[in-house]
Amino acid sequence: MHKYLVKRMLMMVPTLIGAAILVFTLMHMIPGDVCALRYAGTGGTFDVNQIEQCKEELGLNRPLLVQFFEWIGGFFIGDFGTSMWTDRPITEEMGPRVLLSLQVAVMATIISILISIPLGTISAVKQNSWIDYTVRCVSIAGIAMPSFWLGILIMLGLLAVSNSLLGYGWIPPIQYIPPLKDPIGNLTQLIWPALATGYRYSAVATRMTRSALLEVLREDYIRTARAKGVIEKLVVNRHALKNSMLPVVTVIGIEFAFLMGGLVVTEQVFNLNGLGKLFVDSVTNHDYTLTQALVMLVAFIFVVMNIVIDVIYAWLDPRIRYS
Amino acid sequence: MLGLRALTAATVGAAAVLAAGFAAADGHGDKPKYGGHFTYVIPSKAPPSLDAHRETTYGVIHPVRPYYSTLLRVNPADPSSDVYVCDLCLGDVPEPTNGGKTYTFKLKSGVKFHDGTPLTSADVKASFDKIIFPPEGVSSARKSFYMMVDSVTTPDASTVVFNLKYASSAFIPALAAPYNFIYSKAKLDADIHWYEKNILGSGPFILDEYQSGAQITGTKNPNYYLKGLPYLDRITGVFANKESIQVQALRGNRASAQFRGFPPKTRDDLVRALGDKATVQETDWNCVLLATPNHSRKPFDDVRVRRALTLALDRWGGSEYLSKIAIVKTVGGIVYPKSKLAATKEELMQLDGYKADLEASRARARELLKEAGIDLSKTYILNNRAVDQPYKVVGVWLLDQWRQIGLNFEQQVKPTGPFYASLREKGDFDVSIDFNCQSIVNPPIDTSKYLSSDINPANYSRVVDRKMDELYNDMLLEADPAKQRVKMRTYEKYVLHDQVTQMITLWWFRTTVHRSHFKGWKISPSHYLGQALDTVWLDPDADK
Repeated sequence: MHKYLVKRMLMMVPTLIGAAILVFTLMHMIPGDVCALRYAGTGGTFDVNQIEQCKEELGLNRPLLVQFFEWIGGFFIGDFGTSMWTDRPITEEMGPRVLLSLQVAVMATIISILISIPLGTISAVKQNSWIDYTVRCVSIAGIAMPSFWLGILIMLGLLAVSNSLLGYGWIPPIQYIPPLKDPIGNLTQLIWPALATGYRYSAVATRMTRSALLEVLREDYIRTARAKGVIEKLVVNRHALKNSMLPVVTVIGIEFAFLMGGLVVTEQVFNLNGLGKLFVDSVTNHDYTLTQALVMLVAFIFVVMNIVIDVIYAWLDPRIRYS
Repeated sequence: MLGLRALTAATVGAAAVLAAGFAAADGHGDKPKYGGHFTYVIPSKAPPSLDAHRETTYGVIHPVRPYYSTLLRVNPADPSSDVYVCDLCLGDVPEPTNGGKTYTFKLKSGVKFHDGTPLTSADVKASFDKIIFPPEGVSSARKSFYMMVDSVTTPDASTVVFNLKYASSAFIPALAAPYNFIYSKAKLDADIHWYEKNILGSGPFILDEYQSGAQITGTKNPNYYLKGLPYLDRITGVFANKESIQVQALRGNRASAQFRGFPPKTRDDLVRALGDKATVQETDWNCVLLATPNHSRKPFDDVRVRRALTLALDRWGGSEYLSKIAIVKTVGGIVYPKSKLAATKEELMQLDGYKADLEASRARARELLKEAGIDLSKTYILNNRAVDQPYKVVGVWLLDQWRQIGLNFEQQVKPTGPFYASLREKGDFDVSIDFNCQSIVNPPIDTSKYLSSDINPANYSRVVDRKMDELYNDMLLEADPAKQRVKMRTYEKYVLHDQVTQMITLWWFRTTVHRSHFKGWKISPSHYLGQALDTVWLDPDADK
């Protein structure tokens, strides 16, 4: 197992280099650059020298290969560089946003697990009953509904409900409240985006739990357990559920990694200053260094999540051995 | 000692006049109340830096202006006027001496930076030297506004003298630009780039915390030099680039104001939702969208074709209809329509594209296209920016207008980066939307936009016309306001009618909506102005 983990860790390096080459090439194919945007100005004046000076300062006039190797070299020694837009260290730009995105991702994952495992199980156990049909409707609606749209509905719903109940409009806070400073305020702010994303996330996981459990429930060892007189509750909880979790864990793990950088629109709906919003800003600002660092961060999270999923596989099913 | 007392009395007096004038101008005659935490949304992403001398975006003014002082500023009680008031200087804006070439400013005494160090004339000089004569490696976005300045001197610690090369009516407005923050000389001497990442001013609020792209918070400066101000205890600016969030923040009372402006439909939605808890303010806006023909591409190098383009535009009708859906309204020439130097309606109606008989204009346009041998089956490119308000709306309107004379344009909408790459480097457009959006209304400077492209590269039409440049210079150097107005008309006619080097579409119209408990703020012709927040206050009773 240890050997396997080390091997997987080492395999991260070519994966990340591939991602780095791809993002660097794509970013430099977009017309325009950060200096042109910085001095987009008020339209009345435009100083060519100012733009040239900016390019010189940022090293944009150097050959692309030099720029690439300098960046990738820094990356592998832990130096992410500075944002071309704000000139602040990238770690400083990303730090608070990583924490926020991580918190939303963790909350959404918890909500998703709390919804999907029980609902998926009930749906499988009560297959083709009204309960199953209801759960399937709810989960298909969750898959069909984009989380940002649900987010907008939540915001408008909160305004409408608070207006009618309290006589004034209420929405969650629009500026970030750190959990250590004000846990209640933090929860008041982040529970809504977590619900919006957690619902869609749970819909996928519910479908997966249901289908995996249905498959396991048809296995011979389940039939044997039932034949031996084990009560149905124990058959499902002890013998079937754990063994049906492998594909569910995969879905949950991949979705978690996606949430870390993919909540672009949902973050904007709730005005969360997370990684997704930073991603959009960095791309529109042509902030090459920051975009590249963000892509590498998300690629790293995906690779690590894959390793974590593999480890959970081995824990769930002792027959799985990595050698 | 007597001098100090006199200075203090003058400062207190000026503050009282400013505050009283502003309270009266509020329209309610309410007595300002002290205290409260004011939260406003900043409809922008994080600015590239915090140094307003370097930046051009309002995204730096809205969050940062409350922490700084300026030498002059627009009168917060009447921000639409062209009367400026002293901020750091003492008394009224000084009259020039030496034939209009010397301006001497006396500074208020006892002004301190937030770190406790005194603010003297050396700090003012260091700040303006950085703006006007930036050293190698330092960017100054508006140094061209101060072409008339020869030197800045400081005879003593409380006096600053600006020596001009020639008398210019553009100097005082340029000096009152909201970007001209006064920085600490000591900080600049230690590191001239220090202010790009740090905030240290002498303004009404002291910085508590800045989170890039998220929020900025400050508390009342107890030692603010305008006694009795600011009214607020605390301010927070929250970055929220999306209009839906700004609207919901106002509706949900998470923020009390957004200072840039809203389109008409959003205004109506907010008023419907909030009723008398919303206050609407509207004014003409010192921003305009242009249609810029590419003079380096055929057939737009032909003045007949350019004239046909402007003749096709129904500006008066467009004003009526577009103002219902977009942030544009006012028909005007190259000068901000409410300026004393702007053309009157009668003067405008002498120009092609502004005349009353639209059908006659369009018939003439078709004739001109025929004369120029234009192939009407061809499709031309209109370069536009991927911004809804008002770029895309005006772009669609232009397509329709030109179709009326048989010209087909395809609109290529691009994100800001590629849009500027087309304008500046590639030149791969036939006509492009462009804009001119200024803070202080300063027509002699603002109209430099239309100078030949080799003189002002921000004229993206790629035109070079020395006669036009001479007309501009003639107007710029004219000291007599009446004569300058006449010369402005000649320059304007040459640009918009004789050569049609560029076309004015419609001037923007600014509409702000804020919660009614937010008081003491008056709309100005620019979203760059009125952001010091020292004269604004909160009235909790208004929510009851």
